[in-house]
Amino acid sequence: MLEIKNLRAKVNNREILKGVNLTIQSGEVHSIMGPNGSGKSTLAQVLAGRESYQVTDGEVMYNGKNLLELSPEERACEGVFMAFQYPVEIPGVNNTYFLKAALNAVRKYRGEEELDAMDFLALTRGKMKLLGIDEGMLNRSVNEGFSGGEKKRNEIFQMAVLQPKLCILDETDSGLDIDALRIVANGVNALRGPDRAILVVTHYQRLLNYIVPDFVHVLVDGRIVRSGGKELALELEAQGYVGIEAEAGQLAKA
Amino acid sequence: MAENAQRNDTRALESFLESFEGLEADRSKSGGAWLQPVRRAAIARLADVGFPTTHDEDWRFTSLAPIVTTAFRPAEEAGVRVTAGSLEPFLFPGLACHRMVFVNGRFAPAVSSLSGLPQGVRIQSLAEALTNDRPLIEPHLARYEDFHQDAFSALNTAFLADGAFVSIPRGLVMAQPIHLVYVSVPGGAPGATQPRSLILAGEASQATVVEDYVTLGEGTSLSNAVTELVVGDGSVVSHYHIQRESRHTFHVATLRSQQGRSSTVASHTVLLGGSLTRRNIHPVLAGEGGECLLNGLFMANDRQHMDNYMKVEHASPHCDSRQFYKGVLDGRSHGVFHGRIIVHKDAQKTDAKQTNMNLLLSDDAQIDTKPQLEIYADDVKCTHGATIGQIDEDAIFYLRSRGIGEASARALLLYAFAGDMLQRMKIEPVRAHLERLVAQWLPQGNLLEGDR
Repeated sequence: MLEIKNLRAKVNNREILKGVNLTIQSGEVHSIMGPNGSGKSTLAQVLAGRESYQVTDGEVMYNGKNLLELSPEERACEGVFMAFQYPVEIPGVNNTYFLKAALNAVRKYRGEEELDAMDFLALTRGKMKLLGIDEGMLNRSVNEGFSGGEKKRNEIFQMAVLQPKLCILDETDSGLDIDALRIVANGVNALRGPDRAILVVTHYQRLLNYIVPDFVHVLVDGRIVRSGGKELALELEAQGYVGIEAEAGQLAKA
Repeated sequence: MAENAQRNDTRALESFLESFEGLEADRSKSGGAWLQPVRRAAIARLADVGFPTTHDEDWRFTSLAPIVTTAFRPAEEAGVRVTAGSLEPFLFPGLACHRMVFVNGRFAPAVSSLSGLPQGVRIQSLAEALTNDRPLIEPHLARYEDFHQDAFSALNTAFLADGAFVSIPRGLVMAQPIHLVYVSVPGGAPGATQPRSLILAGEASQATVVEDYVTLGEGTSLSNAVTELVVGDGSVVSHYHIQRESRHTFHVATLRSQQGRSSTVASHTVLLGGSLTRRNIHPVLAGEGGECLLNGLFMANDRQHMDNYMKVEHASPHCDSRQFYKGVLDGRSHGVFHGRIIVHKDAQKTDAKQTNMNLLLSDDAQIDTKPQLEIYADDVKCTHGATIGQIDEDAIFYLRSRGIGEASARALLLYAFAGDMLQRMKIEPVRAHLERLVAQWLPQGNLLEGDR
């Protein structure tokens, strides 16, 4: 589904991604772990199409399409979804209106009929329950005045409604208490399926107790330095990133 | 240089003086002849001071050059008719209201609808009231708005002839709003209209008045309006001012309100039209415990100029005032917000708040925002704040990352910025109509979903 080859990217003229290679098949859950500043979030943002990141080399193929040539909205319509580390507050834009506009934009792109208010409500009701979203939250402005946990739940709720094919979670666990973490993880696990791939970007192993990955990759200084199964996450948790960073340093020298 | 040229250019002034002479004989014989000394004093004042320049502090950001260099004549009144059909686009669908239409400043009964007025309510042309109701009018008309302070007010008073006269008796709650539509129908030469309205809300009465300025046809014109609003003790009045005239119109409009004890006034202003617009709002909180809200939205593009001049006077203790103004400026437009708050010596426990937020959509758009607090009491709470910004690009990316196209995302954010000003407007059909006008104004506003 997703094939990243030698991806290099800069922000403010500083190279952050220095040749990332990663292949993800549908049905798989991958996790990217790494120390702060290793480029994890940059990778997520580049995949979502953030324009302040400049791709300097490499390619990203997504379901046979050159992802880097698509606008952020085209990527979303093609089924790419990134849950933001810091969801943006948008005063004055009603949460329901926003989500319905987004869903209809995606449906229109796919040649499906747009939903009216009644159909939309029917479609969202069960998902609201799953993520503990109440009517009040839906009637407020997008993320405005939401707590950290509410913002993250709202991200996963949007994901559940939009039903993307490639879900990218950018540090979705940051700032969540254990109850909120569980709710968010349940929401993500409900989306696991053979037609969908999930990429979990995280600093800590804790989230992976709840969303169990098939593959774990360690990103250090803009490159993936190790890949393995879910046990790699536990190893990192026990030993920290220090060892692996030193190892990566030696590799780079050699 | 430019200022000197403006000072010396007396084309507008001379032609107003000449027009005044021409009308003198007629006005001295008409029903409002008793007002002629006031008109004469006003034209003398105008002749004396001329039009302001940007050297005047109150006009620092607004050059009147396009007005003072134009030789306006009184807009043609005789023979100018409008049809009900041509007014249709300006009505608020679903709003039951009492409506007065003025065409080039003159009341047009044929296209107005004033049937079924509640007992004791008067909604009629000022011209008629000047003739028949001098005792009712004289204690108020031109008693609040001081033409010595403002050249345009002097100009309006000099040519004072018609407009709306509204009187709501004590204790009466008006079920239907009053819609006053001022239609400019430009002719060949630049024409000026000087609508003058007087609204008296009796003690403990409630009413809503919508003043609406529109244009039918093409051509240069000047609308120079003054409305005096006298709000009795315990009375609640909502006032709307909608500026949707053509891009060939100069628009100067003053609302002077005088508030009694424990009265409440909500003033809503929406500026969309005109080439050069100056909106003055001057509430005087004369009685204790009064409240006033000044809520305004101005949206300009191309080379439009919109100047909002507020002068909120707290003259009594325990009064609250709130100013919420937002500007959206695109193209090479220029917006001004000048918010003066004057707290007089005795106005203790004043609570005055002012905010002005602006969005600049292009590099060439400009905004000047200026708070001006003059506080002569010692136990008051006055706050002010102003922001100038661009559209939040992070929010744009967020919306796009969910599938919403860039143009729609921009329209949505702009609409949201303007939206909270509209939310304060309580009359649903008026608000809904204004929401549509705002959406139409926005670049790609058509991309907003219908049920916004």
